[in-house]
Amino acid sequence: MSILRVDGLSKEFGGVHAVENLSFSFDPGQIYSIIGPNGAGKTTLFNLITGVYTPTDGKVFFEEKETAGLNPYELAAKGMARTFQNLQIFFNMTAVENVLVGLHLEMPRNLFGSILRTGGLGRKEKEAREEAERLMAFVGLRDYIGMDAGSMPYGALKRLEIARALASKPRLLLLDEPAAGLNHSETDEIDELIRKVAESGVTVVLVEHDMHLVMGISNHIVVLDYGRKLAEGSVDDVRNNPDVITAYLGSGALEVKEG
Amino acid sequence: MYAEFLQFLLSGITVGATYGLVGLGFFIIYNASHVINFAQGEFVMIGGMTAVFLVDAGAPLPIAVVGAVLAAIFVGILLEKLAIEPARKSADVVTLIIITIGASIFLRGLAQVVWDKDFHSLPAFSGEEPINIFGAIIVPQYLWIMGGAAVIVAALWYFFNKVPMGKAMTATAYNPLAARLVGIRVKTVMMLGFGLAGMLGAIAGILIAPIAFTSYEAGIMLGLKGFCALILGGLSTGRAVIIGGIIVGVAEALGAGYLSSEYKDAIAFIIILLVLIFMPQGLFGKKGADRV
Amino acid sequence: MTWLFNPRTGGLLVLAAVIALLPSFLPNNFYFDVAIRVGLNAMVCIGLNLLIGYAGQISLGHAGFIGLGAYGSAILTGQFEWAPLTAMFFTAALVALLAFFLGRPILKLKGHFLAMGTLGLGIIISIVLNTEAEWTGGPDGTMVNPLTLGSYEVYGEHIWYWIVGGVLLVSVWVALNIIESPIGRALRALHTSEVAAETCGVDVARYKLLIFVVSAVYASLAGSLLAHYGGFVTPVDASFLKSVELVTMVVLGGMASVYGAVIGAAILTVLPQLLTAFEDFEHMVLGLILMLTVIFLPKGLLPSLVARLKRKPKAEEAT
Repeated sequence: MSILRVDGLSKEFGGVHAVENLSFSFDPGQIYSIIGPNGAGKTTLFNLITGVYTPTDGKVFFEEKETAGLNPYELAAKGMARTFQNLQIFFNMTAVENVLVGLHLEMPRNLFGSILRTGGLGRKEKEAREEAERLMAFVGLRDYIGMDAGSMPYGALKRLEIARALASKPRLLLLDEPAAGLNHSETDEIDELIRKVAESGVTVVLVEHDMHLVMGISNHIVVLDYGRKLAEGSVDDVRNNPDVITAYLGSGALEVKEG
Repeated sequence: MYAEFLQFLLSGITVGATYGLVGLGFFIIYNASHVINFAQGEFVMIGGMTAVFLVDAGAPLPIAVVGAVLAAIFVGILLEKLAIEPARKSADVVTLIIITIGASIFLRGLAQVVWDKDFHSLPAFSGEEPINIFGAIIVPQYLWIMGGAAVIVAALWYFFNKVPMGKAMTATAYNPLAARLVGIRVKTVMMLGFGLAGMLGAIAGILIAPIAFTSYEAGIMLGLKGFCALILGGLSTGRAVIIGGIIVGVAEALGAGYLSSEYKDAIAFIIILLVLIFMPQGLFGKKGADRV
Repeated sequence: MTWLFNPRTGGLLVLAAVIALLPSFLPNNFYFDVAIRVGLNAMVCIGLNLLIGYAGQISLGHAGFIGLGAYGSAILTGQFEWAPLTAMFFTAALVALLAFFLGRPILKLKGHFLAMGTLGLGIIISIVLNTEAEWTGGPDGTMVNPLTLGSYEVYGEHIWYWIVGGVLLVSVWVALNIIESPIGRALRALHTSEVAAETCGVDVARYKLLIFVVSAVYASLAGSLLAHYGGFVTPVDASFLKSVELVTMVVLGGMASVYGAVIGAAILTVLPQLLTAFEDFEHMVLGLILMLTVIFLPKGLLPSLVARLKRKPKAEEAT
């Protein structure tokens, strides 16, 4: 059973085909990367998969069930989580509170229960807090637990978003440019983190520009260009594909040193 | 019966034209700065009241009109400089809304103090000799209003499409960053926008003062109905706003005439709610897609 | 001593102490009247603050809900001779339903359009209250029967003071419990990023609607109490100006601060009383307060004060 399948997916914005007739199928337990030049439709694809956009045509299947019409919050309940290219951290909260929002689906959520503080709310909050701290430690943010999100450095915030996304116990994690804006050592930390996440059984799909990261970590790559699939395959397949090289011509981005 | 219908229609179109002018004021500011200026109605009030008091002080009507328009332009520019600009960078939409609401209440309070709380009106521009059109009776002021609105709309069209400064404003509305990059000074555009909105509001207030009384509170309803014109027409072109205004005016007149005169004011607000809920892009607007 | 700073225990205790001790400082019934009105305004503001400060929405028509609560109680206890408490809760339930059905489409709007939608709603309500004279007494308003608890009729500023004081404490307690729950966190999250909140599993539309209904119920209950206390209701209680005053109170006292809402209500209810000599300037002052607060103190009085107090000890540590 595939964990994510996309079939003839298209999205049009007033005449511009952001994504056109895209199809691929991902199996669980792997690390996938989606790459392509800027404007190739990568973030649009993520938005289509996570229910933020509605497709103009085609279908998305999560664990072989069609996701048409499902809202992002429903998909989160079904086991899909994501991070954002342009950091969508809740800056009006502390770091750990951000992760607690990720745990929302596990918390008692009815109004009268909250007002009267019934149903063991205090205990659940405590358990959730411990879980959130554990997640922050997992992504390497143990020192930032009580800190205001607004005071945290950029690299830490990228990892915080991952911790928040992991809180909902997803089976599929979509990372939108997790290494954007990070320096070399920070990118290595993200690399390590992604491997850790994949080892824990979560299927990871990345959109990324950092080719060193992509080539080092991916089991399988899909290349997009102008919203269409240009190529697909293993790291070596893609690296040596002449169409892919042409699409990236001039950026030198495909020159990755071994090791 | 037809005469009665025509009567309602004509008075509705006339009042609607003023709503359209007020709506244009909203439109221009929104295009320049993405702010909905809740104080727009107060420009209308300032126009009407200033003209009244200048006339009472002995000024001939044309001078009073010019003076009133200048006063409103001045207030508009002041509002932009003192209240909007300081807050623009850090402010979110809710904050800007609150600022313009605060400004509108402040101006209303100021009007109360500077003038008074009574109702006033201007003498009609060319007399009050009724004109009979197929049985409907109108006064010459109606023609002034409709004519004035038409002239203004034409002048604005010319300004925004043919005059360099106007074209600069149009460009800024489409893409502020690109406009800045080609040397357009966005601050000037904003100031100009508020000034123009003040002018439009004042003219609307002056044109309608002979028919409907003006007072320090006149701005509230006229402002809100102008906003109704804006969203009914859709935020696309000035023409759409005027048409929206006329539709609101006619709906009000017909509703008051045939259904219930007590709920006349509610009609515009019901239209606002219905449009916002079912057709937020308005009659002529484009359906927007939310980009994340 | 840190428990004193905990909003739930310490804050409530401080508020209860203020309410208990205040009467010793109030010289006559007029002051009790002002205090009662502060309490009722505070109640509405607490609810409104949940909507504006925490969830980041806006309502320019909330006085409409006050009016509905007031007139609902007035009509049910007057023309239908219902028991006041039953009438009050029944009206609140009806207002909740109205807020639910109208709120659903209106809350899909954002920013200016949401503001206008709520504005339109509030004005339509006030026009209806003004017009349907047969039920409402029209622009002149209508008398309201006094509140009865069992067979005991509640009269007089002193007893009303304690009732409103108690209700205010409960209002604060309820609001704090909502804020500190997962619901409260979800609201704060959607305030900053609706998209991110959704991907965390928060049904954003539902929560916005929920808090809108809660804030409408707060207003309705306050309106009912106001009607019984004053013995009289007029459409002015539901006017656009009143809606703006409420927003000013919330903005001034502090967005996302329950006690800030109380303080904002207190300041803006007391101020006109102090400025009776300057009644003509009331609008100017209100407008100025609104603009200046939002430009210079965007977080409102209480949160800005708290932030300043928090910063001082850290600065001293640094040296």
